[in-house]
Amino acid sequence: MPQVNGRFVPDMKSPRTPDNEEPAAERACDFRPVDKGFTKEMALAEAERCMDCKKPLCVEGCPVNINIPKFIEKIREQKFGEALDVIREDSMLPAICGRVCPQENQCEGKCVRGKKGEPVAIGQLERFLGDQPELASTPKMAPKNGKKVAVVGSGPSGITCAGELARNGFDVTVFEAFFTGGGVLVYGIPEFRLPKAVVKREIDGLMDLGVKFEYNAVVGRITDADELFEMGYDAIYIATGAGLPKFLNVPGENLPNVFFANEYLTRVNLMKANRFPEYDTPTKHGKRVVVFGGGNVAMDAVRTAKRLGAEHAIICYRRTEAEMPARRAELHHAKAEGVEVRELVAPLEFVKGEDGCVCAVRVQKMKLGEPDESGRRRPVPIEGAVEEIPCDVAISAIGTNANPFAKMIGDIKLNKWGYIIADEEGRTSDPRIWAGGDIVTGAATVILAMGAGKTAAASITKALVG
Amino acid sequence: MYKILEKTQFSEKVFKFRIEAPELARHAHAGQFLMVRANETGERVPFTFADWNAEEGWVEFIFMVIGKTTTMLASYEVGDSLQDVTGPLGQPTEMAPGTWAVIGGGVGLAIAYPVARQFAASGNEVHAIMGARTKDLLLLEDQFRSVFDDDHVHITTDDGSYGEKGVVTAPLERLLQEGKVDHIFCVGPVPMMKFSTLTAEKYETPITASLNPIMVDGTGMCGCCRVEVGGKTKFACVDGPDFDATKVDWDDLRARQAAYLTEEGQALEAYEEAMCACRR
Repeated sequence: MPQVNGRFVPDMKSPRTPDNEEPAAERACDFRPVDKGFTKEMALAEAERCMDCKKPLCVEGCPVNINIPKFIEKIREQKFGEALDVIREDSMLPAICGRVCPQENQCEGKCVRGKKGEPVAIGQLERFLGDQPELASTPKMAPKNGKKVAVVGSGPSGITCAGELARNGFDVTVFEAFFTGGGVLVYGIPEFRLPKAVVKREIDGLMDLGVKFEYNAVVGRITDADELFEMGYDAIYIATGAGLPKFLNVPGENLPNVFFANEYLTRVNLMKANRFPEYDTPTKHGKRVVVFGGGNVAMDAVRTAKRLGAEHAIICYRRTEAEMPARRAELHHAKAEGVEVRELVAPLEFVKGEDGCVCAVRVQKMKLGEPDESGRRRPVPIEGAVEEIPCDVAISAIGTNANPFAKMIGDIKLNKWGYIIADEEGRTSDPRIWAGGDIVTGAATVILAMGAGKTAAASITKALVG
Repeated sequence: MYKILEKTQFSEKVFKFRIEAPELARHAHAGQFLMVRANETGERVPFTFADWNAEEGWVEFIFMVIGKTTTMLASYEVGDSLQDVTGPLGQPTEMAPGTWAVIGGGVGLAIAYPVARQFAASGNEVHAIMGARTKDLLLLEDQFRSVFDDDHVHITTDDGSYGEKGVVTAPLERLLQEGKVDHIFCVGPVPMMKFSTLTAEKYETPITASLNPIMVDGTGMCGCCRVEVGGKTKFACVDGPDFDATKVDWDDLRARQAAYLTEEGQALEAYEEAMCACRR
């Protein structure tokens, strides 16, 4: 390690270590993980690039404020176990966040090195450590405090909260509607981006901490807040997410072979429809697939279509690439895999073919107008500019709404869109109920949902054991 | 895992399972459904509650063998377990006081029975109209007859092999003509529900239909079960499965139900081939 007078000197010459990816042509044929992650040598080289800033902006950019320079320093010292311990003080799911965080808007977006060149690959370094969980020290567990907490939903927010509470000495049970845990990590994000084995490993880790999981348990239907309190739970954390698809509200939206992205992805990710008939759930293998949307879900859907054999997999977005909310890496991956991107088009109608299924979408061409309240330039239709794009599968990935079960769990205040109203610590209008993640904020990121889970766990701990 | 406590065979292709599921039994209502995943590689399939007992902790559902999953389920025996059973899901059937005609067609009779029984138990006069293609496919006659007097049970078969020859709209129309019915509930194949609705409309009598689109998660997450009702898209799994039948777009429902017929055939064929190979 280069040092001057005992102090670390960063390597200012080396370019950012490129991602270790499978070749695009090969990987687009199956569901193998696209990014193999850094080797030890790559991680060591990349760690040398960190400037070890006195006031590290990267830490501010991280929603859970991981001590990034410190864990990178430990990597440089080849003390990988200690490096992982540093991360796990703030985040229990580094193997997941290193893969799915939009780092360009978070830690890496703030990295000083990014101003004149490429930022340090913080996400890749985090993932490198997260993929070696056996190196971490066993987390310190507070003695059992005799209090019980029910966590509703096993997505990133729920499992983070459950893990924190278990470490703080609580008896925690997670109630999950599906037959397996992970929420969007298992039904939404595809195997090629986040291997399900990684999610399972994290859930198993929580079970090792004593967290119990009740599957097939739709809280709001099978039980509710009153019953949970009667059963002896002292607090509830609601993290049911925002899984209800938004409609495009255009004619033909209900034609066969028009999907909401959630259904399309659930069939493949959760039910393994790509392995039909070995697995019983079928899906549609379109030759021409059109996906509407510009977020990560749209990228996941279009890349899944490619892997199911689509010759033409097309993303249609009503703004331009520059405004797409998807992770940059996923957009690049998609394009490398042969996905076509159509900018400035909005759906007008799904056209019914002779077989009764969708055969085309009519789209309205747009241009960018004045910026709207979000600061992005608003797309406005170009009069008369309508085009028909032939397709045999169409997928809508324009966002989601609040999970409909939130209101049935307990008597807590919701806003007019059905999201739970919670304060900055996650407290709802019922002093025994906390909430966090997408069911409070609307669809956001995995790391923000985790951050909310962590904050709520601290608040629950303060409220129940002082 | 959810243990099979009892298996009843009604006819060549129609079975009933009683499953150990205390949580579901405590919360079930007539009209609601459960989702079953038979094993690790299985799909999720919705079945309506046929009966349940909160004290004894069991629920029952009836299924007809039509595809791979139901063929496989029919091979399960008492003591075997189902991998996953989730529920209760959907809105309970709404009841209004008055005289009811509850119509069930084919395997829909399994859904109609608990609804009819509950309406009767709440003090309403109920006419049960039972329809089937042929005598062998008529379900739960004994159960219906144990709850209702003979003059309140109306049976039709398409081929006339039992009861009245014809379809359920004939006895329905008679009851409506006599002014005996205030409300109608129907469940069964789309054509049956569609024509029952047309008959009800002729007599300006409100009619509710329990819809049966394809489902994946059953909790409102995917929209696979969406149906058009009154020009609006609704999710049958959370907004239904019961809807005002006069507002349902039946063609839309039928098209979506048929979306995977080819794949369903493939799955069954692959399963039967594997079973034959096993036996050899």
